Amino acid sequence: MRHLLGIRGLTPEEALGILDEAPRYQDVADQPVPRVPVLVGRTVTHLFMEPSTRTQASFQLAAKRLSAEPLSFVPKSSSLSKGETFLDTARTLASMAPDIVVVRSAESGAPHVLAREIPTAQVINAGDGISEHPTQALLDAFTIRKHLGRIAGVRVTIIGDLLHSRVFRSNARLLTMLGAEVRCCGPPTLVPPGLDRLGVRSLLHPEEALEGAEAVMVLRIQHERMHASFIPTEREYYREFGLTGERLARTDNAIVLHPGPLNRGVEISSEVADGPRSVILDQVRNGVAVRMAVLAEIARSSPRSHRTDG
Amino acid sequence: MADRPVVLRGARVVDPAGELDAVLDLRLADARIAAVGEDLAESGDRVVDVGGLVAAPGFCDMHVHFREPGLEYKETVGSGAAAAVAGGFTAVACMANTDPVNDSPSVTAHIRQLAEQAGLAHVHPIAATTQGMNGERISEFGALKEAGAVAVSDDGLPVGNPAVMRKALEYSRLHDLPVIEHCETLELTGDGAMREGAYAAWIGLPGIPAASEFIAVERNIALAEISGARLHIAHLSTERSAAAVRRAKAAGMRVTAEVTPHHLVLTEEAVGDYDTAAKMKPPLAADADRDALLTAIADGTADAIATDHAPHHEDEKKLCFQSAPFGIVGLETAVQLVLDRLVASGAISLARAIRLLSPGPRRILGLPGGDLRPGSPADITLLDLEATGTINPESFRSRGRSTPFAGLSLKGQVAATWVGGREVYSRNAGR
Repeated sequence: MRHLLGIRGLTPEEALGILDEAPRYQDVADQPVPRVPVLVGRTVTHLFMEPSTRTQASFQLAAKRLSAEPLSFVPKSSSLSKGETFLDTARTLASMAPDIVVVRSAESGAPHVLAREIPTAQVINAGDGISEHPTQALLDAFTIRKHLGRIAGVRVTIIGDLLHSRVFRSNARLLTMLGAEVRCCGPPTLVPPGLDRLGVRSLLHPEEALEGAEAVMVLRIQHERMHASFIPTEREYYREFGLTGERLARTDNAIVLHPGPLNRGVEISSEVADGPRSVILDQVRNGVAVRMAVLAEIARSSPRSHRTDG
Repeated sequence: MADRPVVLRGARVVDPAGELDAVLDLRLADARIAAVGEDLAESGDRVVDVGGLVAAPGFCDMHVHFREPGLEYKETVGSGAAAAVAGGFTAVACMANTDPVNDSPSVTAHIRQLAEQAGLAHVHPIAATTQGMNGERISEFGALKEAGAVAVSDDGLPVGNPAVMRKALEYSRLHDLPVIEHCETLELTGDGAMREGAYAAWIGLPGIPAASEFIAVERNIALAEISGARLHIAHLSTERSAAAVRRAKAAGMRVTAEVTPHHLVLTEEAVGDYDTAAKMKPPLAADADRDALLTAIADGTADAIATDHAPHHEDEKKLCFQSAPFGIVGLETAVQLVLDRLVASGAISLARAIRLLSPGPRRILGLPGGDLRPGSPADITLLDLEATGTINPESFRSRGRSTPFAGLSLKGQVAATWVGGREVYSRNAGR
């Protein structure tokens, strides 16, 4: 795997390969010295053009546990437009000949541009605009498989802002590719036309979308959506779409996932978030292991791998 | 300056009205077509053998952006005019969104002067509909027309306020200037970067709904109706917009429309992996829209094929998709696309293609030419229908290089372009 630009472009075999490798890396965390020499001498540059605390921390921890040299590259926003900064940043980075670049950007397709502009680097997408967040989807799939024992045939319901969610897009691709049955639901203002191409079934009301689900994925609602009138108020959103105990009761004892950070009382009730079916904190744990597996897999097809003789 | 008369010998002369298609000579003298017929060469004439080529009345692209004054790093009148003749266009009409905006007779005159210096294609300025293109106060249509403006348009920015649009249409009647409108509802476009639909949902880009265009088309047709003015709809891109124009024409209104080659050849899928060469306004649309546009050029709903040639600097088009500017170049790919993808494919006849590229736009703008009759300007586009060529942006005369057609091999090429009885471009001359 040269890059991980998105779930689009990934084969089921590659995806399952990462999910199968991840438990090995989960064990690393429990060792007295939680470190393995997989990426010794390699730089992993974290290029975060958009603020992110948890994804960046997760990737940094993953890189450190693999003995890589993590480098943080967080360009300050300047008077230049985001795009111009990005292009110049890419060229600057290119001059440093980095090995692996983990990129987060508010622009859809930014990892593709980076992969083109830095021919020597290997690019991992840590979230681009409203397009993809592939490692989030891999860790979600890993979590579902861990708790339910399988992915094929699992009934998954995704609720929230489908229009602006890269987590939704990556998950819809990955889960349907691995044979899950994915239904989704959100305010009609936040459900773009043409979703059937992603292989998901879109339903109007959460009650029918949740019926019989084995896993529920709750998406975060951004505050700015209220200003643009996609939804009237947070209170109204909670009333119509918030995952409450009552709504969860319609499912087939589903596990509950959320990419974080949580808006309690908006998209999810505290009762559910902290309840027995919540696997939200386990997602975070699994995230580090899955990202280690991704980094290791990418490093295997590095132009340098023949020299390091891993 | 009396050039020696020229005889173009043995051309296949195709009349856009479809009444004539025969191998004949064309005799050019004093920048006009002196005669069309057999064996026209007189002693002292320069004879150019154009056997095997199609002679068409000089093509006219009624929608280009030449960026001068002010944005010369993207294009100049000179580089744009060179691109025009290399693409087979003897005349173009350039939009007003320069810096400063072409809302004054001095800017209009300046552009014409630059074109005269270049000495290639005829460049007809289109003046801004509103002062500063701010959508608030209409421009001095009378003075602008006198300075050489052939139409008014705030292209690139729609006139949002319906009351201002109504006044522009009403006032345009005084000088019989067509009002060209880029029909878009900016509030519906929002932060959209490509056409809303399955592909945008699939790759995760914010969408521009079809309604952003057709609501504006329908509104502007209604305003043209109550004002009795001439309205020209720029770059039709949706099925519903085409239907609205068809209805307006059937009702006898003076509404005209153009379609771009890219909307006739491509769909939203061309965005591929965030390819900024497929980013333009209006955005590439769905299959059903493209089919409707093909019908519109075949049945006369559309009057012209125009490129919306919108050059940008390479660095700008290298940005991420959402940050990159809207617009691609079109002058040096349009005719090849029309010949291969529309004529050879059987969508329209050669005569209709010539009509859409020459008399169609010329009539809208009130320009001479559009036929090959004696007395008409000696502006001629020569086509080689058999030659195949590959689109190579590196060889463009335009300063813009962004095209979704790079690398495409197309059958049917521009062989030469004649303006005012002189050859200003020849494929064989290399330049």
